[in-house]
Amino acid sequence: MFEKLDQIFVTLKHLVLGYVPEALQPLVSAVLSVTLILSVFPGIFAIVTIFERKGIGRIQNRYGPNRVGIPFTNIRLCGFGQFIPDGIKSLTKEDIVPRAADRVVHFLAPIVMLIPVLLAYAVLPFGRNMTVADFDAGLLFFFAVGGAVEISVFMAGWSSRNKYSLLGAMRAIAQMVSYEIPLILSAVTVVMIVGSLKLVDIVAAQNHYTFGIAHWYVFTPWGFVGCILFFIASLAESNRSPFDLPEAESEIIAGYFTEYSGFKFALFFLGEYLGMFAIIGLGITLFLGGWTSPVSFLTWIPSYVWFVTKMIAIVFVFIWIRATLPRLRMDQLMNLAWKLMLPLALINIVVAGIWHFMGPDWQRWLVCAAIIFGAYLVLGRGLMRHQKLGKRTYRYAE
Amino acid sequence: MLGEQIIKGMAVTARNFFGSYVSKERLTTVQYPEERLVPKENTRQFPFLVYDGDDAEKGLRCVACQICEKECPPQCIYIVKSKDKKPDYKGQPQLYPLTFDIDISVCMSCSICVEVCPFESIKMDTEFELSTDDRFAGLLLHKQDLAKPNSHYHQVHAQDAKDSDAVIAGEKAKAEAKARAAAEKARAEAEAKAKAAAAAAAPAPAAPPPPAA
Amino acid sequence: MSLPFLIIAFVTLFAAAAAMSLRNLVHCSLAFVVAFAGLAALYLNLDAQFVGFAQILVYVGAIAILIVFAILLTRSGDTPNEAVLAPGWFYGIAVSAAVFTLLGWAVLSSSALPKEVSSAPQTTVKNIGEALMNKYVLPLEIIGLLLTAAMIGAVIIALREPGKTKMEAGELKIDKTAPPSSILHPPSSTALTGGHS
Ligand code: SF4
Ligand code: SF4
Repeated sequence: MFEKLDQIFVTLKHLVLGYVPEALQPLVSAVLSVTLILSVFPGIFAIVTIFERKGIGRIQNRYGPNRVGIPFTNIRLCGFGQFIPDGIKSLTKEDIVPRAADRVVHFLAPIVMLIPVLLAYAVLPFGRNMTVADFDAGLLFFFAVGGAVEISVFMAGWSSRNKYSLLGAMRAIAQMVSYEIPLILSAVTVVMIVGSLKLVDIVAAQNHYTFGIAHWYVFTPWGFVGCILFFIASLAESNRSPFDLPEAESEIIAGYFTEYSGFKFALFFLGEYLGMFAIIGLGITLFLGGWTSPVSFLTWIPSYVWFVTKMIAIVFVFIWIRATLPRLRMDQLMNLAWKLMLPLALINIVVAGIWHFMGPDWQRWLVCAAIIFGAYLVLGRGLMRHQKLGKRTYRYAE
Repeated sequence: MLGEQIIKGMAVTARNFFGSYVSKERLTTVQYPEERLVPKENTRQFPFLVYDGDDAEKGLRCVACQICEKECPPQCIYIVKSKDKKPDYKGQPQLYPLTFDIDISVCMSCSICVEVCPFESIKMDTEFELSTDDRFAGLLLHKQDLAKPNSHYHQVHAQDAKDSDAVIAGEKAKAEAKARAAAEKARAEAEAKAKAAAAAAAPAPAAPPPPAA
Repeated sequence: MSLPFLIIAFVTLFAAAAAMSLRNLVHCSLAFVVAFAGLAALYLNLDAQFVGFAQILVYVGAIAILIVFAILLTRSGDTPNEAVLAPGWFYGIAVSAAVFTLLGWAVLSSSALPKEVSSAPQTTVKNIGEALMNKYVLPLEIIGLLLTAAMIGAVIIALREPGKTKMEAGELKIDKTAPPSSILHPPSSTALTGGHS
């Protein structure tokens, strides 16, 4: 019974494919999968925007949106209907293109933003047997299409002919390029241990249980550090607070999409959130066991439910971080990436190697944890040495 | 150690998050249309005209002296005087406003009209839910919209209303006293006159007439 | 020649031509990105997943950004009015055609070229990894060393002399009498005091 529920989407798809002529089957299969992704994740996006507003409201001791419910009734649903008017509003707004803008590039930028983000979903295993395109080099594919987002950011910033847009784009690209390195390096550890770039294999390698607890990589010293590094870097990659310099409202309005309105703005917004979900999905797959359940007695819950639950949980943590930490300065941003995260990620790779070659002893826990903790202490002290508060001096751009 | 303070900060926000569900005191927001704060004593929005008794036409205190119209800084009061007169609370015949309009889209709630009115007839209201879909006619309040009973004044600004009533009572008392004095004097004069007439009629040297009062 | 190949080839060639002939340099670089992506699609069409993804990762993700940054930082975004093609384009074409012919001839007549097309080898990511780590480990290490050396060199060149700002080192000249040209470049403190004293 639970098996059936777990595989319901797969079964349904096969059922539909049974009515389709042989030649069209790959096409129909692709269309079905893409439709599912295109309906589920924007739906989650809509809900998450409400969660975000309500959550941040609660953290700041406010109510957050709590009015809009079902239209024409008095049912308020605690404000969870808010995304409907929000969506209608942004879709019906006037689409303004600045006169000096480069029209073609300005038009293409949001599309170029959304396509790689949606492509990235192709390799994520959402559940047991639920991967759209199970590439051999799935991880590489993910990072490759992720890199294409930078181009769209540049296109948006450059074509708007607005200095805030250009500044935002420059900041965004500098940030994305810097944080892509710790992102990829922290993922490399998992690839080393599993010995495959295939995301399905990576999940399968974590799908064992000892004493009823799953073998997720986050429960190992190197996996723990890798996981934290990965999620910090993914915060920066998705331009979220405290790494939201590219769209720092108080400084450069909205960064690279300052000059976008209406539908295109909505596309950017959507692209940003979908990118965040995708990268969180990847982080879950790498370190948090993908669609597997954390304890063996809960394995009857459908795999996709686990995936979405974990994703929303991480999104909550992101929201929590957003409501807690102030925005970093540019030099702090770069120091964090290059002086703390990069060395730590490199050391982590070595530690993963040690872990692999020390065999299943208990000593490896001690050794690996000690190395990582020591490295963290030393690097952290190095990073904090220059943080003594003193008289502030200002240097202008030269 | 690096990151300690971040953990501390996260703990603070988490406490706020859960605390806001547990204790109502944390949430300072007033859920407006359902919950309302009691307006502060000195709240003021736009002026209204006070009338005594039940009849807005008859009891209107305003005598159309047009002082407020002249003093209003943005010139948002418009008054047309009546031709005839009606008795005011002192019983004196006074003019009354045929038209009394305030354009509340122009009014800046400065309360100067209230201060200059010598007749305690224009006061500030606390009503603020005046939004309308007609931004011209809907925001031009006429005499019948502006006229509100004295009881309303007592409701919105109790202390002020009491003071204002005291002033009016004082005025009334003074006027009555004056009237009484005048009546007395008139009577005394009449008496004196009568006496004088009587004395003239009977030419007996009498004591000089007693002082009038 | 299948249909996907034709489409990809056409798009790639078209983008490459556009990258040559468009006037706006940023447009050129964006067209270049399309050409890179087309190349990657070509690799994927040939079932070379690893190379295809690496092409996207390296060229679209990194090289293109580098080009774009270089353009932005070195010149203004103004479009030139005159034609972009150099007047001697004819000689250029002649030279490149000659080089292409020579190379093609050399490749085709090479003895290293297998005469009959063998069946497509089973190149999985695993194979590539094993080849890199066993057979070609020395070249890999050497290339790594070379790139590291190059990077350290770049860092050292970009490094300022300690205790000196760019202006003091004489790299940057500011016209102290002129007002600041734009809001992006507020006057530095020396320019301010210099103007008043
Ligand atoms: S409150 Fe001020 S602006 Fe408003 S009517 Fe009175 S005098 Fe005029
Ligand atoms: S409200 Fe007062 S000041 Fe204004 S016209 Fe009437 S009596 Fe005069």
